[in-house]
Amino acid sequence: MTAGVATHNGRALALKDVPFLEPSQFRGWLVNGVRDKGRRIASYFGVAGGPESGPAADGIGLVAVLADDANGRLSVARASCDGASFASLFPEIAQAHLFEREIAEQYGVTFEGHPWLKPVRYHHSYRPGHDAWGRPSDAAIPPGVMDFFRVEGDEVHEVAVGPVHAGVIEPGHFRFQCHGEQVFHLEIALGYQHRGVERALVGGPTKRTLPYMETVAGDTTIGHALAYSHAVEALAGTQVSARAHAIRGIALELERLANHVGDLGALAGDVAYLPTAAYCGRLRGDFLNMTAEICGSRFGRGLLRPGGVGFDLLPAQVEDLRSRVAVARREVTEAVELLWDTPSVRERFDHTGTVTPEDAESVGLVGPAARACGIQRDVRHDFPAGIYRFVHLPVMTAHHGDVNSRAYVRWLEVQQSISFILDQLDGVPAGGPGAAAGALKPDSLVVSLTEGWRGEICHVAMTDAAGRFSRYKITDPSFHNWIGLALALRDGQISDFPLCNKSFNLSYCGHDL
Amino acid sequence: MLKALLARAHQGHRTMAYPAGEPPAMPERFRGAPTLDPAKCPDGCRSCADVCPTDAINKDGPLALDLGRCLFCMECVTACPDGAIAFTNDYRLATRRREDLLARGQELALADALERNLRRLFGRSLKLRVVSAGDCNACSADVNVLGTIGWDLGRFGINYVASPRHADGLLITGPVTENMRLALRKTYDAVPSPKIVIAVGACAISGGPFADHPEQHGGASSVVPVDLFIPGCPPHPLTILDGLLRLLGRVEEQRRVPRG
Repeated sequence: MTAGVATHNGRALALKDVPFLEPSQFRGWLVNGVRDKGRRIASYFGVAGGPESGPAADGIGLVAVLADDANGRLSVARASCDGASFASLFPEIAQAHLFEREIAEQYGVTFEGHPWLKPVRYHHSYRPGHDAWGRPSDAAIPPGVMDFFRVEGDEVHEVAVGPVHAGVIEPGHFRFQCHGEQVFHLEIALGYQHRGVERALVGGPTKRTLPYMETVAGDTTIGHALAYSHAVEALAGTQVSARAHAIRGIALELERLANHVGDLGALAGDVAYLPTAAYCGRLRGDFLNMTAEICGSRFGRGLLRPGGVGFDLLPAQVEDLRSRVAVARREVTEAVELLWDTPSVRERFDHTGTVTPEDAESVGLVGPAARACGIQRDVRHDFPAGIYRFVHLPVMTAHHGDVNSRAYVRWLEVQQSISFILDQLDGVPAGGPGAAAGALKPDSLVVSLTEGWRGEICHVAMTDAAGRFSRYKITDPSFHNWIGLALALRDGQISDFPLCNKSFNLSYCGHDL
Repeated sequence: MLKALLARAHQGHRTMAYPAGEPPAMPERFRGAPTLDPAKCPDGCRSCADVCPTDAINKDGPLALDLGRCLFCMECVTACPDGAIAFTNDYRLATRRREDLLARGQELALADALERNLRRLFGRSLKLRVVSAGDCNACSADVNVLGTIGWDLGRFGINYVASPRHADGLLITGPVTENMRLALRKTYDAVPSPKIVIAVGACAISGGPFADHPEQHGGASSVVPVDLFIPGCPPHPLTILDGLLRLLGRVEEQRRVPRG
């Protein structure tokens, strides 16, 4: 066996069908897939103890998911690791860099040949007594306290920002290596938001599992709850009604609209163009209020649940939503189009924070950040699930990889999402909002992908012999994309950092878990 | 330029009339203050407590719901066979004391205004440093939204400021992760006295869904003294604004609202 088992988004596999490859074959499969076949790592994580860790006693198992965007295929394979060290893939495939750091931190495994093996979230290893950096298990692990990459030389200086920032924003630490205004290098240290979500998911589902999913990244409540629902439904063999699929799709696109519109306003604010900043700030709220009209919560809390939706759409609500979306379309169009007609905005957006398509592919960017580099990558198109199996959405791209492209892709998606919602409201299928999902299949694995507003959300659920989660791996799009922000700042000006940061608008809590 | 002027005319004036006028209408399905009727509970039944994800409902004794833990998720309402718990549309939830968040079917003791001397200092100008300490960005987002034109927090003299040195107090969201504990403490120490602290959301009050995780500390009170508790997951912006205005003594209405 030299390759992974083929699967689809949201299809349950028996664990015994997921092959254990020899470490060299596992590496070969990943390197060959990414470097030669244009695939990318959607998820790569460790599993400790029990039969999941494979042949090596006291070792850990490694599980990787390769995504083939062009053909809509996923493949999954495992490898057994002795629990002490494993050969790093990073020298050959850059997008493995953070996955390896995460596995090192969670399971105390050293990756040989990884040039920058630092902690990701600053917590103790899941395997007491095993620490990749040899720290005692009772030692405090202060966040961000580690070597940072440094540029040396006369007139080179370092700027440190965070974890508490000037705005209303989550905490993170940023180190810039600068020469005057010019940024040579930016290193981002996160982990301040780490609250132990993945560790707490083991043994589930419990009554707390859905709240965990809804708070992985609160601005992506629908996105993560949808990925979770699909995973559970696959494992439980639950059929979801067409009506529930439609309502979920409306909710996911409303979430995208609120965030994209808010981001366009915030980008305008960062270049001091106040009209669009003011209008979009308000219009973002209008979209949140539409979600609240459906389920009572502006962020969609309680709207999705495995098996269907928690709230049905009444005919009067459909009418109300239709008229509100139509008004919002007019007002958003007016507010956003001011951006493209204002020279002072274009001057600041164009050629700022450019990421090349080669770099974007190499580090495995997802979402609008990838599409702004001309990459055709959108789960709704490539790995459709739920309503997106029935409604085909073209992938919106732009081609310069700069702030303007990231803004423009958002604007294209805003228009697309509005049309999608209006289409759905014109014909919400009959049927019920859904039923409860049953018990989960034991000894199984499912990969569930959803296109959240930031990009690909990947959940991988593994069950034990009793049908409980033995591992539940969450990969928020931010996990792929933070390195993209660092690359966007290369050779840019430090004063452009807020603008570049907002153009990615990544999640701290979704990354920190 | 002409387009910008036309847009300005179309978009109009959007700042809400509240609190001089009516508050904005809440969505019909909005879940605000609960009503509890312990008399309806059959002996020994705690179906609600069994399904509550954050153990906000007591297992023994007369029915009580801790709004500081509550995620307003409706699981208890669905599970209750006798309709002993319901959520109303009432957005007013903020209290000055942690224990006042325990709903037992009584009137909720909504927040008092600050003491006289603090009100003289902060009543017309309150500068807050917002610290996210492990929040999921939902509380942050609805704290932030108060700065947009619809809410226009600045008209009350309340602003979010960039440095704790410029602040009169902290507004804290999140359960206070271990990794933010020191940063939060340092930020608090950097605010000149006298200062106030506002905890927004179930996480900042009790740890929320992360309450018993060793990676966090169960809310802001674990590190700093809290003067105002605003429950919710996340609280509606109107709930947050109502709490802030009550603290400054700027809501002209009966303090105690009868509950069903």
